[in-house]
Amino acid sequence: MSLPIEINDMEPEFKALVLDRVPTANLDLCLTCGTCTAGCPASELFEMDPRKLVRMVVLGLDEEIAKTPWAWVCTMCTRCVNACPMKVDIPKLVYNMRAGWPREKRPKGILGSCDMHIRAGNAMGVPTEDFIWTVEDVAEEIQMTDPRFKDMQVSVDRPGAYYAINQNSREPVTEPDELAPLWKILHAVGADWTYPSVMWGGENYCLFLADDEGWRYILEEFVYHIDNTLKCPVVVNTE
Amino acid sequence: MRKFKIDHKFEFTTLITLYAQWIREGKLKVNSDWNKDLKIKFTAQDPCNMVRKTWGQKMADDMRFVIRTIVGEENFIDMVPNGINNYCCGGGGGALQAGFTDQRRAYGKVKFNQIQETRATYVFAPCHNCHAQIEDIGHHFGGHYNVVHIWTIMCLAMGVLGENERTYLGDDLKDIGLNKEDQP
Repeated sequence: MSLPIEINDMEPEFKALVLDRVPTANLDLCLTCGTCTAGCPASELFEMDPRKLVRMVVLGLDEEIAKTPWAWVCTMCTRCVNACPMKVDIPKLVYNMRAGWPREKRPKGILGSCDMHIRAGNAMGVPTEDFIWTVEDVAEEIQMTDPRFKDMQVSVDRPGAYYAINQNSREPVTEPDELAPLWKILHAVGADWTYPSVMWGGENYCLFLADDEGWRYILEEFVYHIDNTLKCPVVVNTE
Repeated sequence: MRKFKIDHKFEFTTLITLYAQWIREGKLKVNSDWNKDLKIKFTAQDPCNMVRKTWGQKMADDMRFVIRTIVGEENFIDMVPNGINNYCCGGGGGALQAGFTDQRRAYGKVKFNQIQETRATYVFAPCHNCHAQIEDIGHHFGGHYNVVHIWTIMCLAMGVLGENERTYLGDDLKDIGLNKEDQP
């Protein structure tokens, strides 16, 4: 049953919280035009859409907002804010909805990958020595069997290399042969490169989990390793 | 790093930027001759994180320059919309691991339709999230396309793609470049 909204009773605490963390979120500026919703593939999933969500935040429907699993269906792709005439930052709003879930109640898959990354430096939990072994093993196979690549340089943690290239942890674990095409390209152009051994996973599940602390820790460890141990002037994000 | 105001000395770039730069400089010698007669059609996914969220349309343009170079201008068919206006594949932001499979696929249907419209049989997805999601929705909704990394087709075009590096190629490309003098 529909109920009239009592303006005087509105206590949009979540809105205040988000605006405190993200002063540029512009939540009060929404014109309700619906451009966000029209262009959002997540519209209508779990009976939610971006415009409706912003209305709920502004009206202070905090309990409903805290409960909706839509926070995990929106991919924070930023297509909405890109198109929004008032630049209402719905993705950052969603990030803060995620952050509002008790950590242990957040989706297990994302939680596990974030924790693994903090512990092992990559979301699949590959021990560093296994990563190095796999890289060396695949490289050796190619160097031995294909004369065109007998001098191909592949290394982990080679200080002073020009490029430090991160690597999605899926390849070394489930499809190590898929590592090699990139190496061949790097060899062809004579690139001076290495893989870092610290936080080498190119993925970032702590961002997805909305775990600021974990995300920051991963970045700090990575930056320290690159700047102080390897001293590589350029970091390259992989495909 | 911007979010947490972490200072760093290194510069941050992407492989796609470098591929484009190396091709322009003539360091990366690659062309689309292998596809001159085959005429296999390709489309490409602009990963939200790299394109819309970080490097913008320039990254999208660089990616197309690289792709057109390796598959041939006439063999690349863009999705609509694309670039910074592209639709997310639906696998991003942790959606692949979030456990809401039905919703993730409903989201991905938009991407699936976009791909089908191009009639391309290969989709470049230079992001692991996109790669996995686009494969999954292809299987789920009965698409007939393969999903590839740029490095795979780049090596194919250079004639250096090994036999065991072809997991993501369809039968039409499984043997291309293998029977010539370039294999040991």
